[in-house]
Amino acid sequence: MNFLKGSNYLIHKFPEHEVGTPTLKISDLAYRFGNVDALVDVSFEVCEGERMAVVGPNGAGKSTLFKIIAGVLKPTLGLVQIYGHEPKGHICIAYVPQRNLVDWSFPVDVADVVMMGRISKLGPIRWPSAKDWEIAHHSLDLVGMQGYASRQISELSGGQQQRVFIAQALTQEAHLILMDEPLTGLDPSTQQDIFRILDVLQEKKVTVLVAMHDLKLASERFDRVLLLNKRLIGVGLPDEVIVPEKLSQAYGSHFRMVPTREGTFMIEDTCCEEGDHAHA
Amino acid sequence: MLDWILFPWHYAFMMRALIGAILVGTLCAIVGTYVVLRGMAFFGDALAHAILPGVAVGYLVGGGARQPLFWWALLAAVLSSIGIGAIQKSVKIREDTAIGIIFAGMFALGIALISSVQNYTNDLSHFLFGDVLGISQSDLVRISIFGGLILLSVFVFYKEFLVISFDPILATTMRLPMKMLDYLLMVLIAITIVVSLQTVGIALMVAMLITPAATAYLLTKRLPVMMLAAAVIAIISGIIGLYVSYYVNVASGAAIVLSATLIFLLVWGIKLIIRTVNASSPR
Repeated sequence: MNFLKGSNYLIHKFPEHEVGTPTLKISDLAYRFGNVDALVDVSFEVCEGERMAVVGPNGAGKSTLFKIIAGVLKPTLGLVQIYGHEPKGHICIAYVPQRNLVDWSFPVDVADVVMMGRISKLGPIRWPSAKDWEIAHHSLDLVGMQGYASRQISELSGGQQQRVFIAQALTQEAHLILMDEPLTGLDPSTQQDIFRILDVLQEKKVTVLVAMHDLKLASERFDRVLLLNKRLIGVGLPDEVIVPEKLSQAYGSHFRMVPTREGTFMIEDTCCEEGDHAHA
Repeated sequence: MLDWILFPWHYAFMMRALIGAILVGTLCAIVGTYVVLRGMAFFGDALAHAILPGVAVGYLVGGGARQPLFWWALLAAVLSSIGIGAIQKSVKIREDTAIGIIFAGMFALGIALISSVQNYTNDLSHFLFGDVLGISQSDLVRISIFGGLILLSVFVFYKEFLVISFDPILATTMRLPMKMLDYLLMVLIAITIVVSLQTVGIALMVAMLITPAATAYLLTKRLPVMMLAAAVIAIISGIIGLYVSYYVNVASGAAIVLSATLIFLLVWGIKLIIRTVNASSPR
């Protein structure tokens, strides 16, 4: 019985980062849910400060991969290492959930949600100090939400909700942030706001993995792209990964190629245009 | 008018009932906030019913004394919550089904045990519907001590309970001891139910947990305010209920719960009217 799983929190001791190890190293990872293989034989590495897009059709295992990295799910096979250690002891990983999975009517305001990221640093019994509140408000500044601290979270727009959770990850002082479809359902100008924040994160050497559907944004705005459909189809520079052979491997018939004026093609993931915008 | 207001409290038993209703109301309202936010209403209702065999054994063993009743009830509550968890984890049964099985089975066991005593109906009805007018000095002391400990735990683990209720994944990535906190909250709910039993009884217990908290949920946007508002609503319901019970001569537990329900309906109705007016008026 792993009743005391998470006792790191109670004794308030967390593993140190090993110098010279990659931020994230995944080796031969597999995850089975019942009789279904959600992930098979996935291996890759991510360096510090890198911004990586994780793309693939619905059900490709993007959320599962993130939850395994975050230590929420235990892999069936394989190894996940964060700065040289398994993830379960780390508090430097933040998982920003899909917006439609959050209970927005919960009675908390923006400052409450941001301060939640601080809990592991505080440890049991201690209450936030002036310094903790300073960190929380600074995080809100960084995402451009300083005027919203006392707003109830249901009063925010989709982009603002996303930014509040990024501020929470900053307050957590996370070195690795996993964002599950942060751009879905946002209009282009709000998406650009999110990218400006991602640029700030990159300057601060924060490593960011973003699960997404928009292949154009993935190829234009990310250092590397990871293409997933239960298996790892490709990982590398956008030009190496977002190519027709690999895309048809990942998406089957669910994608289309559109000729553009450069004579190349823009590829759209057409499987998810409906239903992913549930949260208004 | 003043006489009408003050008169009931000349009786010591009414004064004790008032203090009991205020203490229990506050305790249930604050713990109930988590019951409402985490969607544990059915669990709370089931737990209240599942302690009946404990109460019955205490009653048969102790011959009417209150102290053993309390400990046996507590034992039944803890065993039931563990049983629900165990069934649900070991076989593929939905949580509400597991709760239903344990709840009905334990309740039946309680009735069977009590029915073995002759003329049991009177005592059974006290357990089922409460006996706030029969609260003794030592009952109040026990409610205060356990209530104080429960509220202290809610205060000490405030930020942990908040985050496991709002965002369990965040709580996991921050390496909080989730299982321990879940069980702790369940045990706190169980103890709350057992110490509050005498006010409204098993059958109406769930109302004390969820109705004031749900009313407060409609009114507030922050958890501490919700807890405070729930406590105030519970206290007001307790006072109104005791007046109604005294002057109209209806069962006190039912009167308290009806007061809380009326306050909920009132707040809900007013909110509905405000929303309709706002929606129809031009912007």
